[in-house]
Amino acid sequence: MTALSSPRNAISAAGARPASASKQRGDRRGWLYSAPAVVTMGVLLFGPLLAVMLFSLTDWQLGQEQFSFIGARNFQELFADTVFWKSLRNTFLYVLLVVPGTVILGLIVAVLLESSNELKGLYRTAHFIPVMAATSAMAIVWGTMLHPTIGLFNHILYGLGYSGVSWLRDEHTALLALVLIGIWQGFGYAMVLFIAGLKAIPQNLYDAAEIDGADSVMDRMRLVVLPMIGPVLMFVMVVTAVRAFSVFDTVRVLTAGGPNYSTDVLLYRLNTESFDYLRTGYGAALTVVFLGIVIAITLLQAKIMDRRVHYS
Amino acid sequence: MATIEILGIEKRYGDTSVLKNVSLSVEDGEFLTLVGPSGCGKSTLLRIIAGLEAPDAGALRIADRDVAKDRPKQRNVAMVFQSYALYPHLTVLDNIVMPLRMRRLTAAQRFPLLGRWMPGTRRIEREIRAEAEQVASILGVEPLLARKPGQLSGGQRQRVALGRAMVRQPAVFLMDEPLSNLDAKLRVQMRSEIMALHRQIGATFVYVTHDQAEAMTMSDRVAVMMEGELLQVAAPEQLYSDPDDLRVAEMIGSPQINAVPVHALNRQLCLAWQLSQDTAVAAFRPENAIITRPADAMLNGTVAVSEHLGADVFVHVRLDGDAGTIVIRTDRTSPRHTAGTAVGVSVEGRHVLRFDAKKKRCRPSQDHGALVA
Repeated sequence: MTALSSPRNAISAAGARPASASKQRGDRRGWLYSAPAVVTMGVLLFGPLLAVMLFSLTDWQLGQEQFSFIGARNFQELFADTVFWKSLRNTFLYVLLVVPGTVILGLIVAVLLESSNELKGLYRTAHFIPVMAATSAMAIVWGTMLHPTIGLFNHILYGLGYSGVSWLRDEHTALLALVLIGIWQGFGYAMVLFIAGLKAIPQNLYDAAEIDGADSVMDRMRLVVLPMIGPVLMFVMVVTAVRAFSVFDTVRVLTAGGPNYSTDVLLYRLNTESFDYLRTGYGAALTVVFLGIVIAITLLQAKIMDRRVHYS
Repeated sequence: MATIEILGIEKRYGDTSVLKNVSLSVEDGEFLTLVGPSGCGKSTLLRIIAGLEAPDAGALRIADRDVAKDRPKQRNVAMVFQSYALYPHLTVLDNIVMPLRMRRLTAAQRFPLLGRWMPGTRRIEREIRAEAEQVASILGVEPLLARKPGQLSGGQRQRVALGRAMVRQPAVFLMDEPLSNLDAKLRVQMRSEIMALHRQIGATFVYVTHDQAEAMTMSDRVAVMMEGELLQVAAPEQLYSDPDDLRVAEMIGSPQINAVPVHALNRQLCLAWQLSQDTAVAAFRPENAIITRPADAMLNGTVAVSEHLGADVFVHVRLDGDAGTIVIRTDRTSPRHTAGTAVGVSVEGRHVLRFDAKKKRCRPSQDHGALVA
C-alpha cells in the first residue's frame, strides 16, 4: 500500500511548489487563447446589444450629429401607442398559430415519409424547397396566388361556386394568409429535424410497444415517438417560435402592415420607425422590447419543456 | 394450455430466403431454445411467433388457435429483448405496468390528464399497481420502482424487462437473446434466475440465443437453426451425443467435435470404424480420443500445441497426410505432450459419428447395408 501511494505523493508534492507562479502563467495563457473568441463575441454580439440599449434612451435620429439622453421617454411613448399594442397582439397571434401549425405539419409529414421508402428523397426535397427559397421572392408568388382577381385561390373558389375573397386586403383574412405562408415556409425545416429524430428511435422500442398492446397510431405516438423525439421537438419549437417572432419579409412585400394595421407586426413596426421615419432611438426602444420578449419566451419554453423532456 | 404449432413457415426479404419451410411444435410449459449463428433466422422466427412480422407462407397456432392474422396484443405473448427496450422516459413502475394499462384501461381512461377522472380509472390503476409491485418483489427490483431505466445497471434493466413481460401472466414468453448484453458473471446468474422463473410460472418459453452453452444448460429441448433451416430439435444430451447433422455436431460442444474427412483415413481405420460407403466425414468428440504411442495407433500425427486449462488439457494434434488438426481432451494427470512430439490417436468405433457428403448423419441401419469391403 505504501509502496503504491508514495509515487503519487511525490508527484503532488513536486506539483505543489511552483503552483502559484505556474497558475498565473496558465491564467494569462488561457485568456490569450480565448482572446479571439472573446473579442469577436464582444464586437459582434454584446457591443451592438449594448449600443441598442443605449440608443433606446436617446432621441437620436439616423444621420443627425447630435442627440441627447431622454431617459425612458421612448418607452413611455411606445407603451402609449395603440399601433404598438396592435402590432404586439398581431405578432403573438401569428406565433401562436404558426408554431403549432409548423410543428404538427412537420411531424406528420416526417412520420409519413419515414413509414415508406417510396420516392423518399424526392418528397423530402420537395418539402424542403420552401425553406431554401428566398422568402421575398416566394412572397411575390404567394401575392399573385392570393390576388383577388387573377389569383389561383379565388379562381378555385369561383370554380366551386363561391365568391372570391380579397385575402390580403381584408382585415379578417390578411393575418391568416400570412400565417399559412409562414407555416408553408417553415414546416420543411421542422420535418428534416423530425426525420433525424425519428431515425434515432430504436426499432425494438416500437416492437416492445406493440407487444405491450400499444398498437394504435395514437398510442405509439404517445408511448414511443413523442417522448423519444422530445429534445428535437423542444428545439424545433424554440427555433420556430423565434423565427415566427421575427416575421418581416412577407409583411413587407405583401401587406405593408395593412389593411388598417391588421398585419402590423413588431419587426415591421421597428423597420418603419427606424428607417422610414428615421427615429432610431424609438426604434431601438422597440428592439429592446422585442429582444426581451424573445429571450423571455425562449427561457420559459426551455424551462417548461426541460422538465417534461427526457434527455437520455 | 399454450402449445405453439409452427407449420411450414417461409420468410424472405427481397431475394434472400430467411426461413425455409420451418416446422416446429412447442409443448405447453416447455422451455425451448432456438440456437444458431447470427443471421440463421432464429430471431425472425421468434418475431413471427410474436406477431411483429408476418410470414410469407405457413401456419401458426398458439394454444390451438390460428393466430396468423392476430396482432401481438391478441396473441397473449410477452417478449424480452436483447437491448431491454425499456421506455427511457418512464419510471420502472410505469414500464412494468404498461402492458396492463394498455389492456385494462380504455383509450378514454388512458387519455392524458382527463383519463384520470373517467369512472373506474382509479380503481383499475390501483389494482395494476398492486400487481406490478408483486412482480417487482419477485424480481427484487422493488426499491427501484421510482427510478428511470437510465439509472439502472444492465442486470437491473433486464429484470425490469422481465417484470414487464411477467406482469400480465402471458401463456408464452419469447426471449430474444436476453442475456447477450450482460457480463459473463451476471449472465450465469440470470440464466439460473430465468430457469427458476420458468419453473415457477410454468408458461411456455421460447428462448433465442447464439450461445450454445446457454441453450444446453437452460432448455428442455433445443432447436438448432442454420441458414434458415431447422436442422434438429432434441433434448440437449441427445443433441450432443446423437446429432443428425454435422453442423449441429460442430455447433454443440466446446471444444468443437473433430471432423476428419474419410479420404484422409487409411483402409484399416475405415474398417475398424465401420465406415459405410457414403460416409464422407468421420467425427468424434475430443474426450473420446486417447493419445497413444505412434506405433499402436492407426491415426498418427504430431502435437501442435497443448492448452492447459486447470482440470483439463486440450492437446491439438496435426494429423499426418493433410487430414487437418484435431483436439483431444485429456486431464492433467496424463503425461505431458510437448509440441512437435509424434503421437498416435485412438478412438473406439462406437464413439465415431458418421456423416455423408451433405453433412447428414449416416444412421447405423444404412451402415450395415454397405460396409467398405
